[in-house]
Parts: sequence; C-alpha cells; structure tokens
Amino acid sequence: MIRKVRSHITQNEPLLFETSSPGKIGYQLPELDVPAVDPAAVLGKENTRGEIEDFPEISEVEAIRHFTRLSTYNYAIDLGLYPLGSCTMKYNPRVNEAVARIDGLAWAHPYQPESLSQGALEIMATLEAALAEITGMDAVTLQPAAGAHGEFTGIQLVRALHQARGNARKKVLIPDSAHGTNPATARMAGYEVENIPSNERGMIDIEALDRLCTEDTAALMITNPNTVGVFEENITRIAEILHAKGAMVYMDGANMNALVGIARPGDFGVDVMHLNLHKTFSTPHGGGGPGSGAVAVKSHLEPFLPTPRLRRAENAWTWDYDRPSSIGKVRAFYGNFGVLVRALAYIMAHGGAGLRNATMDALLNANYIRAKLEPHFEHPHRAPTMHECVFSDEIQARHGVRTGDIAKRLIDYGFHPYTVSFPLIVHGAMMIEPTETEGKRELDLFIDAMISIAAEAVENPELVLKAPHSTRTSRVDEVMAARKPIVRWKPGAEAPGAND
Amino acid sequence: MLTAIGARSLEDLYSHLPAEVLQRSPLAIAPGKSEYDIVDYFRARGAECGADYPSFLGAGVYRHYRPVLVDTVVSRGEFLTSYTPYQAEIAQGTLTTIFEFQTMICQLTGMEAANASMYDGSTAVPEAAMMAARITGRDHIAVSGALHPEYRQVLETSVRNQGLPVTGFGYDEATGGLDVESLERAVDGRTAAVIIQSPNFLGVVENIKQAAEIAHRAGALLIVAFTEAVSLGLLEPPREADIVCGELQSFAISPSYGGPFAGIMACKEKFLRQMPGRIVGQTKDVDGRRAFCLTLATREQHIRREKATSNICTNQALIALMATVFLSLYGKQGLRELAAQNLSKAHYLAAGLPLRFSGPFFNEFVVSANGRRPEDINRELLERGIIGGLPLGRFYPELEGSMLLCATEMSRRQHMDAVTAVFAAQEALA
Repeated sequence: MIRKVRSHITQNEPLLFETSSPGKIGYQLPELDVPAVDPAAVLGKENTRGEIEDFPEISEVEAIRHFTRLSTYNYAIDLGLYPLGSCTMKYNPRVNEAVARIDGLAWAHPYQPESLSQGALEIMATLEAALAEITGMDAVTLQPAAGAHGEFTGIQLVRALHQARGNARKKVLIPDSAHGTNPATARMAGYEVENIPSNERGMIDIEALDRLCTEDTAALMITNPNTVGVFEENITRIAEILHAKGAMVYMDGANMNALVGIARPGDFGVDVMHLNLHKTFSTPHGGGGPGSGAVAVKSHLEPFLPTPRLRRAENAWTWDYDRPSSIGKVRAFYGNFGVLVRALAYIMAHGGAGLRNATMDALLNANYIRAKLEPHFEHPHRAPTMHECVFSDEIQARHGVRTGDIAKRLIDYGFHPYTVSFPLIVHGAMMIEPTETEGKRELDLFIDAMISIAAEAVENPELVLKAPHSTRTSRVDEVMAARKPIVRWKPGAEAPGAND
Repeated sequence: MLTAIGARSLEDLYSHLPAEVLQRSPLAIAPGKSEYDIVDYFRARGAECGADYPSFLGAGVYRHYRPVLVDTVVSRGEFLTSYTPYQAEIAQGTLTTIFEFQTMICQLTGMEAANASMYDGSTAVPEAAMMAARITGRDHIAVSGALHPEYRQVLETSVRNQGLPVTGFGYDEATGGLDVESLERAVDGRTAAVIIQSPNFLGVVENIKQAAEIAHRAGALLIVAFTEAVSLGLLEPPREADIVCGELQSFAISPSYGGPFAGIMACKEKFLRQMPGRIVGQTKDVDGRRAFCLTLATREQHIRREKATSNICTNQALIALMATVFLSLYGKQGLRELAAQNLSKAHYLAAGLPLRFSGPFFNEFVVSANGRRPEDINRELLERGIIGGLPLGRFYPELEGSMLLCATEMSRRQHMDAVTAVFAAQEALA
C-alpha cells in the first residue's frame, strides 16, 4: 500500500528581527555583587560600542515558539528513514546526549589541572584504544574536528613522513569516484592531484594505478567500500603497488559502517585513515555539525601525530607535548570532546559483538533495497553491494524525470531524499544508504514509494517534475539565491510573502 | 529479507570479500552495556573532573551561564538529528536559523556578510589567512604574538605547505597591546594579511584602527580574531577589519574540555565569494514565498574539487544554533548587561592584584606573581577548592612569573576575595 504524506498543521513564523519590539527580554542576570564600573571609563570611550543596531528583542515565550515552529519545518532521523548515501544517517541514542551533559564533563576547562581532568582523559584514552582495535591500526588522534579535517591531518602526516625521509613527493592519486573533499584536501597539503579511473565494476582500474603510481606519488586516497558501495576487492594488491614505490595508502573512512567487526583497514594495507564519528559511531549530525574526524595510523606515522598526545604516567593520564616530529596542532585544545563522549557511549552500548551485528544489519538493509528496486531502476555496477547501493535515473530520464526530481517526489511520500548526483562517475546517480537503524516496515514503505514514483515517471511525469507538493515550502529557487546573494536580513528589506 | 536478496545467511552478504581481508578474531571490546551502566560510568568520570570548583581560567574558553532554553531547543530531534540542509524544502528550520545567525554575526562584528560557522575559532584563523591570500594575490602572513598561542600553532600547521610564510610581531612590553613598530617592520608589499586578536590573549583591547591603517597602507588585509564573544556586547566592533573570525564558545556553549565549539567568519560584502564554508541565502520558492537555501556552492569542494576555496564541507550547525538561541534570549539589552557584568567582575578582581600590563582589558588580565611561581599560587588556591589562572610560562617564556586570570558573571565575590587573599599572603611571605 502506498502511503503518501498528508500535510500537518504549522504556524507561520517571521524572522527574529521581524518579531522584535523594543524593551522585550528573555533573560535575567544575577544581581551584581561587586561595584559596577563605567565601561567608557575603564575601556576608553573609543572602545565602547553604542547599541547593537537592529539586534532582536523578544521574550522567552516568543523565543521557544520561534525555534519550535522552525524545528517543525525540518525533516530528521527521528521522523523516519534518512537514506543519504555516504552520510550514514543512523539513530542517535539519547543516552549519549545525557552523558555528554554530565556536569564534570560538560564544564571541564581544557586548561584545568590534569589532576582534575582524569575522567576526561580516561574517556579519550578508552576511545582511542577502541578505535585502534576496530580499525586494526596502532595509534589514534582525536584532535580533528570533522571528516575533512581528519583527511587534512592524515595527508599532513603522510607529508611529514616523506619529508623526514628526505622527499615530500609531488602528487596524491585519487579515484574518480572519490568525495570532493579528497582532492581539496590534497591541494591544501601542497600536493597535485591525479585522478585514477574506475573500471566497469566500479572499482579502481589496477593497470591505470600501476602506471600512474611513481616515486613522485605521496599517497593514494581511497574510500573502501567506495562511493558506489562496492568493496575494492583488489585492496591488498593496491596497497602493494603503493608500498612498492614507498607511497602511503590513505583510507577515507566515510564508509566504515560497512566494515566494523568484519574487516579492519589495518589488516589490508592501509597506513592512515580517518573515521567520521558522526557517521559510523552515531553522534548526531545536528543539521550539519559538530562532527569528529579521528585519525588512525600505523606505527611508522605515529611520531608525526598532532600534539599533545595522551600518555600514561605512573598512575595517571598526562598530556605529552614533547613530540619533536609532530606536525603541530590542527585544532586548539584536544578535539571535539563532547562528540567523543557520545561515540564512546555508542561503542559501550554495542560491545564488540553488537558492533558487528550493526554492520551486518546495515549490509542486509542495503542489499534488500537493491534487490527490491533493481527491477525498477538501473543499477549500473554489477559488483556486490555492501552498505549502500547506487542506482541511476537512466530509465526515468527517458521520460524527462531526473534523479533530482525523483528525490523531491520522495518527500511527498514522507522520506528524506537519497544522495543526488553523486558519485560523479554514475550519471544521474541515486545513492541510497539505509543504515542498520531501519526495520523491514520502514524499508518497505520506502521501497513502495520508490516503485510508485517509477510508475509516476512514466504515467504522469509532470507530477514528479513539480514535486514536492506536500511541503510548506515548494521547490526552492537555488539559482536566484546564487545570482544575487542575500545572506543577511536588513531592516526594511522586502520580505516576499514573509513565510505566509 | 535474506530470501528477497537470495542469500542464505548474513555472512553471505560479505562472502565476496577476499579471505585475507576478513577479520579473524572478534573485536576485543567488552560486551554491550545497559543504559544504567553507561550513565554510571560517565558519572564516575565526570566526578573526577572537579565540576563544583569555581574557576578563574579563561584563555579561549570561558565559563558563562547557559540559559536552560538553549538545550531545550537543540535537543529537539528535528534540529539534533537532521543532516546538512541540502534539501531546502524540508530543511527550512535549520536554514532559517542559520540565516538569523549570519545576520546577528554581522550585527555583532560590524561586517557585511558571515558564513554559517566554522569548526572553531582556531581553525577559522588559517581559513581567513588563506582567504586573504586569494583576495590579495600575496603570500605572506603577519601574525600578532598576542593571538592565542594555540591558534597560532594551528595557523602554522595549516598553511605550512601552501607557500604562505608566517612572520610574527610582538606586543608592547608596558601596555600588552600592539607593538606598533614591530608590526610596521613585519609588514611589506608581500603581506596578504595582518592578524590580530582583540581582546588579545593577554586580555588587552587592541587599537584596531591603528592596525588597520598599517595593514591597509601596505595593501594588506586586516583580520581581527576574538576568543571572548561576550566582549562584543560592549566593545566597539572591528569595523575597520576586512575579515573577522572568532570563537563563539561564550554564547551558551559548554566548555566541554575544549569542544565542540563554533567559529565564525565574517567579511566585507565584496569578499563574499572568496569566503570558505557554508553560506545560507534568501530566495523564493516557486509559489513566490520567501525561502532559504545553501548558496554559492561553486566555491565548495563537492563542485570544485581540488580548485575549491577550502576542503571544509560542514559547519557547526547545532552549536551555532545554541549561540542563536542564546543571542535571541539576551538580545540587544541583555548582551550589553552581560558584558557589563563581566567587565565589573574582572575589574573588581583586578583591583586587588598586581597587574602586569596597563592596557584596557575586558574580563581577563595578566597578573605578576611578584617573584613567586604562579603554579604555587594555583596550588594554594586548589587547596581552597578554587581553580586559579593560567600560568603563562608555557606559552611566553618572558612571562614565566605571570598568570592570566578571568572573571565572568559566574564568578562570586567571595571566591574573588579568596584569590586576592592568596596573592596577598604570598606577598606577605615574600
């Protein structure tokens, strides 16, 4: 049975600046227990600002209504399947939120004495050890703030190692199926980028790799399983090719949710990799951050890890700043600690066996979707699916319906779209990653929706092309936004339709 | 489900992986624990972290009260468990709050455009430096010695391999503010950007006009960083800057042992297309209603790949939302009052202590330990259940005998008096 969504009651909500009225407040400060000083007198008149022009003034009730109403305009995992390929949108357990807010952890200052930080250090040390075990690597840094930041850290480590050996080398090899962050990262680390083509099975073309890998190659950046959801079956051969030239294998861990508990990058030739704790280890995406991009390395890269490093001294944990080969710091302090707490809570709740079960459920769900949708959508790569599957819009495009249109129509069925038009090597890509979170009922609803849209694309393409029809905001004009950017509210600015 | 797939067992699903890559032994991670056990474990760890100690640490991370409503809002699943708002039709909640955030950041900083936030203040600095290099076509960066030392380390790590040499300039021995001569020596026709922080790491409010004149005279941009966002409630914003970047932790974001925080980046409108990171813009939907979406994506890595302005592909949306809720509650009047309380508390505390510098300060300042070791003073304070200041020797060898102290609206008079008493006792001993 097809279950389309019915629209739900929502209230209009202007911007904060438009509801503001002079004198309204939503706060109460404690009474000042010291004499008040005159700002102009102690700071100098020239350093003291007047009133902040057009800054909002609203009450507490107006504030909670404002943000609550806006929240209802969002889709979220808490509302249903979020099949964004490569993003690993899994359930975010609420106990993780609760423990991250425990007073001693939430209020710990990064410069408070180590003797008063042992709990925080213990958490980080335990997480480092768990991630090393899961990846099969020798050492882990938790400092990078996000996946792309982890990539940057990892490539800097590679560069430092080559430099220590006398030659930083010139280029980084990147498969054409890679995330855009990989080439951007390589550039930021001062490397040229060379693309490696994929073969008809969606895997790295080994002959091309063999030809392109030279003594100038610093590293290969590989995603495994790759972005078409396929495990690079020649991975040990790939690593051999790189290592024979003294180059490193960097693994983008974006798709680690397919491997936890069944295969370890450290066992198949990877020298350095990052993990997205906000993907594989369920810390909430929060509408786009915060994340954490922990980096795991083999021992030959350990001396270069960012400073400081955790060290066990006598009976306590301590920060070790005496790291002469370190690349330095990639972020102030020690990393996104609050995110690390959540990731460790996730790992503790699952345990070793539970983590492996989660992986197998993720594989099961992706393969189920592939099996059910293959009769209706083109699946360009025949290789076995891991945790996500990539279809193309080839069949629907004959009727003028593209991947972006199908995505928008999915919204009318109550689902967030899949990842649209990525990877670039699949024309009209539809990249679907259900994760282990979903049960059969939710998957079947999604599958029914997709099949129904496939039929609509043939029978009534206009319906799909104009979707979504059920949302409070209809299709948004992104071209207009970029042509003449309006990136802030200004008083007196025309508010077209002001959300009504 | 297995039948539909044509598999006999779950293991079949990865049987195509080469045997040599498969994990041979189970993960050596303890069996799964109950929710109660997990809460219990983290409570015990939290209890080891001195939650109830009053503290006078600042130095980039500040103790400010967090209104309850902040967590109420960010705990809503619609904000907490949504992804980057690529699908604008079902992400207007996140997009609208980011648009409000960008607007308030402009209002606070005196800039004309802001992005959706950066990882944190420290990583915003190198991004600003790279942006300045793109705009000016130059490749030297001049950075203040009074920029947060960890920010400076991050800057050095980040631009090291991009052909952007970093040179430093000093602070004035007496005032703790900009050393004008040193800055003038550091700037020349190759300089892309001058980077200063205000209030600076030593707590001193910088003369931004003067720094801007020197930078602009040489054709360089001025980047102004900040770590204490509450100061923006009272201090004249850095209007003469070309790019402003900083840390929002003070806006209702827990210290959380150093993160997650949110950084900002704001600039003059003419530089908008050179700015890294996510940007939300206003547009219309097909029915002509106001709507918001991510915009100017052609700067970004998923379109431009190796030619992108940065490899950044996220912001700190949920943390930026905390700041947005905080700012909407405090508003025009509250932010000023909050800042004024911080100013009063810090000046009360400072009044009884030997100040190292004479420059104007907001809520933190350097005191000299009068020939004693700052670590010893901190030890005495700790015996009284108080966390003292940051001894500066680890970052500034010449300030070995000094510490950085901070007071906020959360500092109680009795604890400040205790700090003064410990300093006084030390003096008596000396």
